[in-house]
Amino acid sequence: MTTVAPTADGGDTTPLARVPVALGPSPNAPRPPSGGLYDPRFEHDACGVALVADLHGRPSHALVLQAISALEHLAHRGATGSEEDSGDGAGILIQVPDDFYRQVVDFTLPGRGRYATGVAFLSSDQSASAKARTEVERLAAEEGLDVLGWRQLPVEPATLGSIAESARPSMHQVFITPMEGTQLSPGNPAVAVDRLAFVLRKRAEHEIDDCYFASLSARTVVYKGMLTSHQLAEFYPDLADERLVSGLALVHSRFSTNTFPSWPLAHPYRYMAHNGEINTLAGNRNWMRAREALCSTDLIPGLDRAFPVVTPGASDSASFDEVLELLHLGGRPIHHAVLMMIPEAWENHRTMDAARRAFYRFHASLMEPWDGPAAVAFTDGSVIGAVLDRNGLRPARYWVTDDDLVVLASEVGVLDVPPAKVVRKGRLQPGRMFLVDTEAGRIVDDDEIKDTLAAEHPYATWLEQGQIDLADLPPRTMLTPQHASVVGRQQLFGYTDEELRLLVAPMARNGTEPIGSMGTDTAIAVLSARSRLLYDYFTQLFAQVTNPPLDAIREELVTSLSSTLGPESNLLEPSAESCCQIILPMPVIDNDDLAKLLYVNEDGSTPGFRAFAVDGLFEAAGGGEALRAAIEDVRSQVSAAIDDSADVIVLSDRNSTTELAPIPSLLLVSAVHHHLVRTKARTRVGLVVESGDAREVHHMALLKGFGAAAINPYLAFESIDDMIASGLLTGVTPLQAQKNYIKAASKGIIKVMSKMGISTVASYTGAQVFEAVGLATEVVDEYFTGTVSRIGGVGLDVLAGEVASRHRLAHLDRPTERAHREREVGGEYQWRREGEIHLFNPKTVFKLQHATRSKRYGVFKEYTQAVDDQSEALATLRGLMRLRTGTLPAVPLDEVEPVSAIVARFSTGAMSYGSISAEAHETLAIAMNRLGGKSNTGEGGEDPDRFTPDADGDSRRSAIKQVASGRFGVTSEYLVNADDIQIKIAQGAKPGEGGQLAGSKVYPWIAKTRFSTPGVGLISPPPHHDIYSIEDIAQLIHDLKSANPTARVHVKLVAEVGVGTVAAGVAKAHSDVVLISGHDGGTGATPLTSQKHAGIPWELGLAETQQTLMANDLRDRIVVQVDGQMKTGRDVVIGALLGAEEYGFATAPLVVSGCIMMRVCHLNTCPVGIATQDPVLRARFSGAPEFVETFFEYIAEEVREYLAALGLRSIEEAVGRVDLLDAATAVDHWKAAGLDLAPILMAPEAREGAVRHRVADQDHGLDKALDHQFLDACRPAIDDGTPVVAEVAVTNVDRTVGTLLGYEITRRHGGAGLPDGTIDLTFRGSAGQSFGAFVPKGVTMRLFGDTNDYLGKGLSGGRIIVAPAEDAPFAAEENIIAGNVILYGATSGEVFLRGQVGERFCVRNSGAIAVVEGVGDHGCEYMTGGRVVVLGPTGRNFGAGMSGGVAFVYDPHGDLSRVYNNEMVDLEPLGHEDRIWLRDRIHLHHQETGSEVAGRLLADWTIEAEQFVTVMPKDYRRVLEATERAIAEGRSVDEAVMEASHG
Amino acid sequence: MGDVSGFLKFGRQLPARRPVPVRLRDWKEVYEPFAAEDASHQGARCMDCGIPFCHEGCPLGNLIPEWNDLVYRDDWSEAIERLHATNNFPEFTGRLCPAPCEGACVLGINDDPVTIERIEYEIIERAWSEGWVEPVRPTAPTGKRVVVVGSGPAGLAAAQQLCRAGHSVVVYERAERPGGLLRYGIPEFKMEKAVLDRRLAQMEAEGVEFRCGISVGTASPEVSRALAEGATVLPTADLVTNYDAVVLAGGATLPRDLPAPGRHLDGIHRAMDYLKPSNMVREGLLAALPMTAEGKHVVIIGGGDTGADCLGTAHRQGALSVHQLEIMPEPPDARSEDNPWPTWPLILRTSSALEEGGERIFSVTTDEFVDDGSGAVAALRGHEVELTTGADGRPSFLAVEGSEFELPCQLVLLAMGFLGAEPDGVVADLGLELDARGSVAADDRWATNVDNVFVCGDMTRGQSLIVWAIAEGRSAAAAVDRHLMGDTALPAPIRPGQLALR
Repeated sequence: MTTVAPTADGGDTTPLARVPVALGPSPNAPRPPSGGLYDPRFEHDACGVALVADLHGRPSHALVLQAISALEHLAHRGATGSEEDSGDGAGILIQVPDDFYRQVVDFTLPGRGRYATGVAFLSSDQSASAKARTEVERLAAEEGLDVLGWRQLPVEPATLGSIAESARPSMHQVFITPMEGTQLSPGNPAVAVDRLAFVLRKRAEHEIDDCYFASLSARTVVYKGMLTSHQLAEFYPDLADERLVSGLALVHSRFSTNTFPSWPLAHPYRYMAHNGEINTLAGNRNWMRAREALCSTDLIPGLDRAFPVVTPGASDSASFDEVLELLHLGGRPIHHAVLMMIPEAWENHRTMDAARRAFYRFHASLMEPWDGPAAVAFTDGSVIGAVLDRNGLRPARYWVTDDDLVVLASEVGVLDVPPAKVVRKGRLQPGRMFLVDTEAGRIVDDDEIKDTLAAEHPYATWLEQGQIDLADLPPRTMLTPQHASVVGRQQLFGYTDEELRLLVAPMARNGTEPIGSMGTDTAIAVLSARSRLLYDYFTQLFAQVTNPPLDAIREELVTSLSSTLGPESNLLEPSAESCCQIILPMPVIDNDDLAKLLYVNEDGSTPGFRAFAVDGLFEAAGGGEALRAAIEDVRSQVSAAIDDSADVIVLSDRNSTTELAPIPSLLLVSAVHHHLVRTKARTRVGLVVESGDAREVHHMALLKGFGAAAINPYLAFESIDDMIASGLLTGVTPLQAQKNYIKAASKGIIKVMSKMGISTVASYTGAQVFEAVGLATEVVDEYFTGTVSRIGGVGLDVLAGEVASRHRLAHLDRPTERAHREREVGGEYQWRREGEIHLFNPKTVFKLQHATRSKRYGVFKEYTQAVDDQSEALATLRGLMRLRTGTLPAVPLDEVEPVSAIVARFSTGAMSYGSISAEAHETLAIAMNRLGGKSNTGEGGEDPDRFTPDADGDSRRSAIKQVASGRFGVTSEYLVNADDIQIKIAQGAKPGEGGQLAGSKVYPWIAKTRFSTPGVGLISPPPHHDIYSIEDIAQLIHDLKSANPTARVHVKLVAEVGVGTVAAGVAKAHSDVVLISGHDGGTGATPLTSQKHAGIPWELGLAETQQTLMANDLRDRIVVQVDGQMKTGRDVVIGALLGAEEYGFATAPLVVSGCIMMRVCHLNTCPVGIATQDPVLRARFSGAPEFVETFFEYIAEEVREYLAALGLRSIEEAVGRVDLLDAATAVDHWKAAGLDLAPILMAPEAREGAVRHRVADQDHGLDKALDHQFLDACRPAIDDGTPVVAEVAVTNVDRTVGTLLGYEITRRHGGAGLPDGTIDLTFRGSAGQSFGAFVPKGVTMRLFGDTNDYLGKGLSGGRIIVAPAEDAPFAAEENIIAGNVILYGATSGEVFLRGQVGERFCVRNSGAIAVVEGVGDHGCEYMTGGRVVVLGPTGRNFGAGMSGGVAFVYDPHGDLSRVYNNEMVDLEPLGHEDRIWLRDRIHLHHQETGSEVAGRLLADWTIEAEQFVTVMPKDYRRVLEATERAIAEGRSVDEAVMEASHG
Repeated sequence: MGDVSGFLKFGRQLPARRPVPVRLRDWKEVYEPFAAEDASHQGARCMDCGIPFCHEGCPLGNLIPEWNDLVYRDDWSEAIERLHATNNFPEFTGRLCPAPCEGACVLGINDDPVTIERIEYEIIERAWSEGWVEPVRPTAPTGKRVVVVGSGPAGLAAAQQLCRAGHSVVVYERAERPGGLLRYGIPEFKMEKAVLDRRLAQMEAEGVEFRCGISVGTASPEVSRALAEGATVLPTADLVTNYDAVVLAGGATLPRDLPAPGRHLDGIHRAMDYLKPSNMVREGLLAALPMTAEGKHVVIIGGGDTGADCLGTAHRQGALSVHQLEIMPEPPDARSEDNPWPTWPLILRTSSALEEGGERIFSVTTDEFVDDGSGAVAALRGHEVELTTGADGRPSFLAVEGSEFELPCQLVLLAMGFLGAEPDGVVADLGLELDARGSVAADDRWATNVDNVFVCGDMTRGQSLIVWAIAEGRSAAAAVDRHLMGDTALPAPIRPGQLALR
C-alpha cells in the first residue's frame, strides 16, 4: 500500500497525480498495466445499498440475516468481472457484537464501548503481516492505546474466484483500549475511544505498508471484501454465527467498471455506504487538503498527526467517508456532517424557511458541497439513516413493519416481508434525509432533523454580521477605452473577427450561447500551427454511464451560480467569523464590480476585508524561463500578501507593456491556486482574475474549475462596447449587452458543470474536471496538479512563445504592414484561408463529391491523399502515426478479403430524421442496405412505412435503431425492427448534452414520427432518465435485449479520459457492442463551446478502451466500434490497428450526398436539401444511394490496399495490432515535438492467448426471465388471438417483466398489436425494475403489491394496473406504490396506479394515459403527448419542458401554482369536455384498482371536479388553436401549424 | 450573420446596363447605378457558408461572406475595411474580374450565385465617394530601397504593399503613364481611366514613386510595343546595384500570332496594337487613331476577353459588322459533367460587348487571308472543325468536310492570347531562368535565380486574370519584405504557381 508519508511540517508537496492508487493492500495482487492509457483513478462504481434496523436498536442475529438477505436481493445491481465468481465487492456494517467477541477471543475485553476493534487487511505474506502488526502496536502505544490482542479472523475462501483470491489479504482483527491515564474527550466514552482509534488508524495507514483497516471503532464493525453478494456470509463465518447480533446493519453490493482486484474498495466504509459518485472529488480533496491548516479541535488534540485526512488516490466514496469521519469525530452528529457535505438544493428553493436557509448558507461558507449523484446510507452505530443528493438521482425506498423493523434499500422488495405486516412504505426524496434514532426508538423526519440543526446556533445572525453582498459594496466605475486601444488588446489576446462575430456578439445580443452544427474538423491546439490560447489545451470532462449529466435547463432549481469570496476559518469550530465573506451572485463580474472588490474597504466600511492586486506579466522576450520566473514571483507576492492579511487576491493581466506580456490567465490562476493548496493557505483568500484572454464560456469554466472565485473578462466587455460603438453590434445598449454577456457566460458555466453532473458553482470551483491534451507533464504537475495529460506536449517555452507571437502582433514595429487589418480573421468555426486547417475544406469536399459522383477512383485517391496529407500536416493524432509496412511481408492484393466483407463493418452515423430530410436519410439507408452495412435512425424514430421493403427491392429501413434520452418514437415495433439497438450515451459534438431540434424543423411529418407537437422545438434531456449509474445501464440493456432478443445492443460513448473503464463497465453490463466516438464528429446542432471543447480524439479513447478491455479480459465478448471524422481508408486501418473492428462514418457520406458543410443544420436553411425539412429546399437534394455505395466501396478498396501492404489478409487480423503502428518518427514542429504517443501504442498486457476482438456472445440471462413462466400459456393469444388469463408471483429480482412477451406479439402482429385485453396477467409481490417495459397493445398486466423504477418504460399500447396487496393495512394513497421514472418514453397505452410514485413521472411520455395518486418532483417533464391524471400531491418542477399532452391535477389547496414550472405550461381551469373525460377516467381507475381516493372524488364529483387544474403546454395550446382555425377556414392544417410556430 | 433565408427571398439581380444604342455613342461604363437597397438584398442572398468556396475561388482570398453581410447590414465603412484587407484594388477587380468566386459560390450549385463582384464594386465605389479611401502612410521607414519594374496590377499591388511595409519604393514603367494593361488594354467602357488615376494618386500620396517612360534594359522593338514615345533606357545593372530588392512585374506581353497565308496583309493587327492607340486617343496621349474599324467589316480571331474588348471598341468606332471566331466549340449553357462545381464554369457567357452586336462563330479555324489586290485584307477563308480526342489523349481538331467559308473583312484583329515574358531586355540582361512555358521561373519565395531579384504576375504565371496578378503582387511583396527584414506581417494569399481548384 502506498500513501503519502507526511513530512516533518505536516505538509506534503507530492503532486496528487503522481501518487499511485492507494488502498490496494495486497502486494501479490495483479496490477493494472502501466505506461498505457488505463488509469485506475477512473474506475467508477455504483451499486445497491440497503439498511436494516430495529427501531429500538434491539440486537438480534435475525436482523443480521435479514440484512444479508437484502444484500442478496440486490445482487443484480452489483456485478462480476470476466469471472462469475469474483465479485466487485460486498460488505456489511453492524454494531460491535460485544458478547460474541468476548466469547471468541482468548483475552479479556473491557466493558462494551470501552474498546475499539476492527479488521485489518494485511499482506498475505506472513512476515510482512507480522511486521505490520508490530508496527500497529508501536503506533498504538504512541497514541496512548493498548493493543489487547489480535484475532486471526476466520475466513472461508473456497468459493472465491481466482482473481479475488489472488488479491486476498490476510485478515487480523485488532482490539485496542485506551491506556491508563490517556486523556479521553468528554461525552460518550465510545466516541472518545473512536477519536483515539481514528488517529491511530490514520497513522497506521500513512506509516505502515500494506495496512488497511476496514473499520476500527468501539461502536461498529465492517465485514467486507471483493466478494459477490452471495459469497459474503459464506466467506466470513462470523456472520453466520448466531451469537453475532446487531440492532442495525448497512449492506452494499458493488458494481465497478473494472475488476482490478481490490478488497478495500468494497463498501461499507467506516460510517457509510454509497451508491453514487462524487463528481467534484478533485476539488473537494484539494480544498480539504488546504483546509487542514485551519482545522483543529480540543476533542482530538494534535489532530495534525492524522493528516492528510483524505487519502490521495482513494475512491470518491472512501474520501467522502474520511471527511465525514473528521466532521463527526470533530464534534458534529453524523447526520449534521452528512448535511454539510450533501446539502439539499436550498439556493433556489422558494418556500424554504429562513432558519433552515441560514443553516445551509452558513455551512456553504465552511465547505463546498460534495456534488454528484448519491444515495448515502450512514450510521454511527446508534443512529442510522440515508440521504439523497439534491437531484434525487438514486432510488431509495423504505418500509416499516408493525414489529418495528425498518428497511431502506435501492429497491423495494429486497426483504420478504408479508404485505399485511407493512405499515408504511415510502421513498427518499431529493435532498431529504431519512433517520432512525435507535436510542430514542423512532424515525426522525426530515423537517425535524433540519429544524433542530438549524436552531443549534444563531446562524442567521452570524450571517448578517459576517457576509456582505457584492451589490452592497460601495460603487466604483471603470473608464471606457478608445477603439485603438481595444484593438491593441484584442491582438494581444488573440481575439479574432470570427470570435467577435460568432461568440461574443451573440452572447451580448441574446444572452445565450451561440449554436453551430457539423462538429469540428480542425487541429487540436497542440497540433495547430497557429498560436493558440492555453484554454484550448484543455477539454471538458462529461458524465457518461457511471453518473448522469444534469439538466440545467429543465431542472434549474437544483443549480446555483452563487458562491462566496473570502477567507474560511476552522472547519471544526463554527462561529460568526466563519462566514465573514463576500457573496458573489454570479461567477462572472463586470468591471464596476471588479472595482468594488479592488477597492474593498477603501472607505473603511468593510473592515476585515483587504484586497491585493498583482500583475501577471512576464518578459515577452524571455521565453519559458521568464514565464516561470514571473509565476514564481507572483506566487511569492501572493503569499506575502496573505501573510499581510489580504483576503481577496486579484490576479490581473491588464497592465502589459511593449516589453511585458500577459501570463495566460488560466496558468496564472491555477499556478497560484495550487501553490496555495500546497502551502495550505488557499482557504484564507479568494482569487479573482482580471482577464483579457477569457471570452468564451469554456474559458470561464476553466478559470472557475482551476480555482477562481470570480472572473472579470474586461476585454470582452470592452470589445462589446467597441462593437456597439462601431455599429457591428446593434439593437442593444452597452449596459444591456454586458448584462446579457454575463448571463450567457454564467449560464454557460452551469451548462459545462452540468455536463459533468455538478450542480453548484461553489463546488465546481477548483474541481478540475478537465483533461489536458498536449501539455507537458512538467507543466501539468507544477501548475495544474492532478489534471490528466497523457501524451505530453508543450512546455512553458512554447506557451511563452504563443503569447509572444500575439504580443508581437499587438506591438508591430511597422504597423502599416497590416493596413486594413485589425484582428486575425479566425477560421476555427467556418473555414477561412488564413485560418485553421480543416479536414473538410474546399478541395476535399470537391474531390470527394466529384469522385463518388463520377465514379472515378483516381479522383477519390486525390481526395484521400489530400485528407491524409493534412492529417499528416498535424491536423489529427493519427496523422502522426506511420504504418509499419515491412514488419510483415506484404501480401498480394487478391489475397485480402473482398470489399464486400469490409463494407459489412461500416455504418453511417446517427443522424435523426428531423435533423436531416427524408431524402437524405433514406438515401443512406438504401445504400447501406444494398452494401450489407448499417445505417442508423438517429434519435428521431423511424416512419413505420420504412420497415417494409420497397417494390424495387430496396429497403429504407435503418438497421441500427437508436435509443437516446428523448426516446422519440421508441416503440416495441421500432425495436423489433432493429438489427442493432444503439443506446446513445453521448455524441461527439456535444457529449453530456441532449440532442436538440429547432422548432422550425419540426414539421408535421416529423412531429408525427417523434410523437411530438409540430413547430415546437425539441430538446432531449441531457441524461437518460433511466441511466444514472452503471447498474442502470445494465438494466436498460436488459430491457432492450428483452424487447428484441435478436438485436445486438450497443452503447455509444465519447472519448474522454476514463472511457476505457466505462467501456469495461458497459461490457460487464452485457452490451454486445461499444462505440467510441471522437470529440470531433457530430452532425447535430450544438453550443459552440461543446463542439470545440468537450471530449478528445478517438485515437486516445479507442486505445484506452482496447487496453482496458484486454487487461480486464473482457475484450472477447464485445465488439468495439469507432467513429469521428473518419474519412479515408487510412483512418479505418488505424482504427483497426488501435483495436476497433467496426467503423462509423457520418459527415463524409453526407458530403457524398451533397453536403457542403454549410454548418447551418440548426436553421433549416440547408441549401442542398439535406439538413432541412423545408419542401422547397428538399427538392434541391442531389444525392443518390449509388454515390454513397461508391464511397464505401472505395474506402474498402483503399483499406484492402493498406492491409496488403501491411501483410494482413483481413480486418480481423488487423484489429489491435498496435505493433504495426509507429509514432517514433520525430515530429518536426514547434509544438507537437513534445508529444509522446507511446501510451496510445502500448500493447495491452493480457493473459496468454487472449484474443483482441470479439469471439464470444454475452450472456444476457434472458433464459431466466419470468416471462418464460407465462409465455407458453400466452401462445394461443399470440397465434390466433384466443384470450388468455394467467397469474404469476413476482419478486424484485424479476426485472423487465412482460417485455419478452411483448416482443413475441409485435414480431407477429406489428405495431397494431392485439385487441385490448387479449392477454390478462395478474402478478403478486414486489416487482423488479422496468415492469411492463415496451409492452404492446393487447396485454393487460395487473400487479398487486408494489414495484420499482421504470414501470411502463416505452409502453407501446399495453395496460398496466398496480394496487397494493389486498391485505395491505395502510392507506394506499399515502404510500409509495412504484418508483421513479415511470412511463419514460411511453408512446401509447394506459396505466392505473393506486398510490404515490417517485420522481419524473411520465418523463417524455408522448401518448400514454396514466392515473396516479401522487407524484414526486419533475412530474410530466419533457412530456409531448398523452394524458396524466394526478389525484394526490405533486412535487416541485411539475411540467418542466412539457410541450404536448395534458395533465389534470387534483389541487384542492392550490399548491400546484407554487411548485409547477411555468416556463412552458399554463394552469387552466378544467374545460367541459375534459371534465367528462376525467370523470370517466377516474371511474375506470376506481374500477381497476379499487382506489378509495377515486371513490371519494366520484361520490362528490360536482364539487371535486372544481378542484382539478389543467396543465396545458403553451405550445400545444397554440397548435391546437391553429388547427381549429385552419379547419374552420378550410386551410391546410400543416401549413397553418408551421405558420403559427414560425410566427 | 446576414439573413439566413435571404437566398430564398431574393433572386439574383444586377443593375441594368444602359441601352445599347445609348452606350455605343460614348465610352462610359455600361452599368446603371444600383440602389443601395438592391445591393443589400443581394448581400442578403449570401448564405454565410461553413466553407465559403467563393473565398477559396478568389485567388486573393477575399472575405466575401464578411462583406456581403456588412453590405446587407448597411455598414459600408466596415465593408471596405474587410475588402481592402485582402485586395488593394477592388475597383479594378470589381469591374474586370471574371469572378471565379461566383463560379464557386455555393448557392450556384442549384441556384444563381450571389452577385459577389457587383457587391465588391458597390463597396469600393461607395468608399471612394465617401472619402474613405485615404492614403496609408507608413509610419516606420526601413531605409530599404525597392524597385518594381512594370506597373500593371501585379506591380502596383507589390509596390503598395512594400511601401506600406516602410520601404522606399520606385516603380519603373516604359509607357507614358502607369497602369499597364489597365490603362492600355482595357477599354474605357469597361473601366474609365479616372478609376485608375485616383488609385495611383493614393499610392503616390503613400510614397510610391512612379518613373514612366523608362525602359529597364534594352528590348527588341518587336516585343516592346508598350514603350513610350522617346522612352529612355535604364541599364538593368543599375537596378541590381541601386536597390536592395528588385521586383519584376513585366507581364506576359509576347502575343500569340497566326501564321496563316496572307498574315502580312494590311488591316491585320494584333489586338493590343489596336486597343492601345484607341485608349491613348481617349486619354489624349495620341492625337489620332492609326487604324479604325469605322466603316469596315471586322473579324476578330479569338473568343476571349481581349476579343470582346476589341468587339466593343470596334462597335464604338462604327464598324459595319463584327465577327468573332473561336476554334473551340460553343460552350453549353450549363455545366457539363466533367466541369463540376466549384471549378470555373465553362459555359456560354455574354459580356456587355457581345450584347452590343456582332456574331460569334464557334468551331472554326482560319485557312488564309484574301488580298483585296492592294495588299490589304479583303476576306478571311476558313472552315469548321470538330473537337476530338487524339490518340495521345490530347484534344485535336478535325476539319469538317465541305464547311469552307469566306468572310469579307477589312480589319482583322488577332486576340489569341499571349505566350509569355519577353525573352530579351531585362530577362536576357540578368540571365533569368525561364520555365517551359516561357515564363520567368520563381522559387517558393518568389525569387528568381538572381539574388535580390523577385518576380510576380503574368511574367511568372503566364497570362492570367487580374485577380491572380494582384494576389501575386501581394504575395511577392511579403516574400520581399521577409527577405529584407527577416520577418514580415504582410499577408500572402498564394504560393508561387498555385492553381485554382480543378
